[in-house]
Amino acid sequence: MLRYVIGRVAQALVVLWAAYTVTFVVLYLLPSDPLALMLAANNVQLDSLSPDQIAAARARFGLDQPVHLQYLHLLVRALHGDLGTSLASHEPVRQLLASRLPPTLVLSLVAVVLALVGGVVLAFLAAYVQWRPATLLLTRLPSLGVSLPTFWVGLLLIQVFAFTLHWVPATGNLGWRSDVLPAVTLAIPTSASLAQVLTRSLRDTLHEPYITTARAKGLSRFQVQLRHASRNAALPTLTILGLLVGATVTGTVTVETVFSRTGIGRLAAESVLGQDVPVVQGIVVLTAVAFVLVNLVVDLIYPLIDPRVVHAPKVV
Amino acid sequence: MTLDVSPLARVAPPAAPEAVPAGLLTFGEDEPSPRGQRLRALLRRPGFVLALAFVVLVIVSALVPRFFTTYDPYATAPAARLTPPGAAHWFGTDELGRDLYTRVVFGSTLTIEAALSAIVIALVAGLTLGVVSGFFGGWLDAVLMRVVDVSLAVPGLLMALAVVTALGFGTLPVAIAVGIGIVPGFARTTRAEVLRVKTLPYIEAARAGGATRRRILLRHVLPNAWGPVAVLAVLDFGVAILSVAALSFLGFGAAPPAAEWGTLIARGRDYLVTAPWVSLLPGLFVGLVVLSLNHVARTLEEVR
Repeated sequence: MLRYVIGRVAQALVVLWAAYTVTFVVLYLLPSDPLALMLAANNVQLDSLSPDQIAAARARFGLDQPVHLQYLHLLVRALHGDLGTSLASHEPVRQLLASRLPPTLVLSLVAVVLALVGGVVLAFLAAYVQWRPATLLLTRLPSLGVSLPTFWVGLLLIQVFAFTLHWVPATGNLGWRSDVLPAVTLAIPTSASLAQVLTRSLRDTLHEPYITTARAKGLSRFQVQLRHASRNAALPTLTILGLLVGATVTGTVTVETVFSRTGIGRLAAESVLGQDVPVVQGIVVLTAVAFVLVNLVVDLIYPLIDPRVVHAPKVV
Repeated sequence: MTLDVSPLARVAPPAAPEAVPAGLLTFGEDEPSPRGQRLRALLRRPGFVLALAFVVLVIVSALVPRFFTTYDPYATAPAARLTPPGAAHWFGTDELGRDLYTRVVFGSTLTIEAALSAIVIALVAGLTLGVVSGFFGGWLDAVLMRVVDVSLAVPGLLMALAVVTALGFGTLPVAIAVGIGIVPGFARTTRAEVLRVKTLPYIEAARAGGATRRRILLRHVLPNAWGPVAVLAVLDFGVAILSVAALSFLGFGAAPPAAEWGTLIARGRDYLVTAPWVSLLPGLFVGLVVLSLNHVARTLEEVR
């Protein structure tokens, strides 16, 4: 067991390092001229500078060094918790992220809980209900959920529940009432994909012989599905939990823009518009951290639900 | 998503009749080829036919938008601004009196083009990675798959945002960004399929027959491994459309007055109270296209 835990933690750290490296490659090596990009964030045109000024700017951003030194420098700095300074606001990226994180964290948490509840209930009903039209509706509903653009769903909800029914405020983040619509918007696609996976695995599990045995003992379908099938059927769902969190966090980029909220997602959208490289990198790394943490937690609780994984040979 | 869909039915040798899917077959008259059977089974599903027809129609309208509308997408008509949907303007008009349906049709050129390029990028890169990784194995496989694992740790849309930051705005950067975001999925699926096909007896037979590695790969493995990848491509086409729309909604797409689907929805935001159709109808259209693509992919997966 200890070996399993250590292995998973080490793996998580490697993934984090690699994610940082990938963002470095994309943001610092992909642009034809990183300096132009960084100056553009400050509304300075590269051609308007004299060669001396260009050299000075290059030195200031550390771009005069060879690529591997730049990379090492940034990596060491990031390991010390310093993610650089925003090109647009000149605030340290870490501070900027920390100030924008709480509303996004609350929103994402609520959305993930909503998605879990919604997805599980939907899948459970889809497997339980036997009236054909209802089953069809319940199994088709998730594909609608994953097909609609999130930002459009948000606008639709605003139109219906804020402008027409006046139940909740349309935009901003003031109080829990303003969290309702964005959380629901975020939860719709994730609960839909969760329901798709869970419905399928429930259906497969219900064909197992041990289910027949349980039914033959005289247990009701409801009991069997709740007690016997759900635990095994939940396994594939657990593995996509990390993906769901990732989808929720990326969802905040559009949703926070639609609902004019402050948060990491909105910050991401603004930073990309302003080509604020350090902030974009910080956000991508932060998301990778969230993703890796969730996956680590899933990996660690997985053996509690399915003890077989600890002893199973490594699956490549 | 199950990725174990096999196109086995299509390639099954005649000596193994049990590999042909049962239940959906029509017995009698002359014996149809497995391919024909599959096609027939597909065409017997009205939902599939409808969805496919809609997708084809949208793609055709992206190629020749002029055939589908009589209005000019950029012709403003201040007198007719924010007209509700009606017989003259199917989707109503926007804040400058431009016909919204026409804008959606012309917008499909940009959006579908971007989504298609994204899929092509992802297909080429993903197939190459997956085939190399699965077919050659060893340390190359280990290294490539770790890279793929890591890219999966950064959600696709966020990766796309980083790429857009680096490359700048416009339809092409958005297409590349979205494409890069979906490469890992393709690579994984292809690799899994190649690994499965590689162990089948006929590959061994081909090898025993003296076929070169390249010949085995191109003639025997690839044609039989790409079925699930094709289904994934259809599915990811929908995902790509959504991502392209999201990125253009955020303002990273083509510059105005050209309008991608996402831009149309974003512009309509300001008129949500007075003229909700300006953003809701184009969005509904996007949703329908993606839903149809999902349905096509799902049916292809179900009917083997």
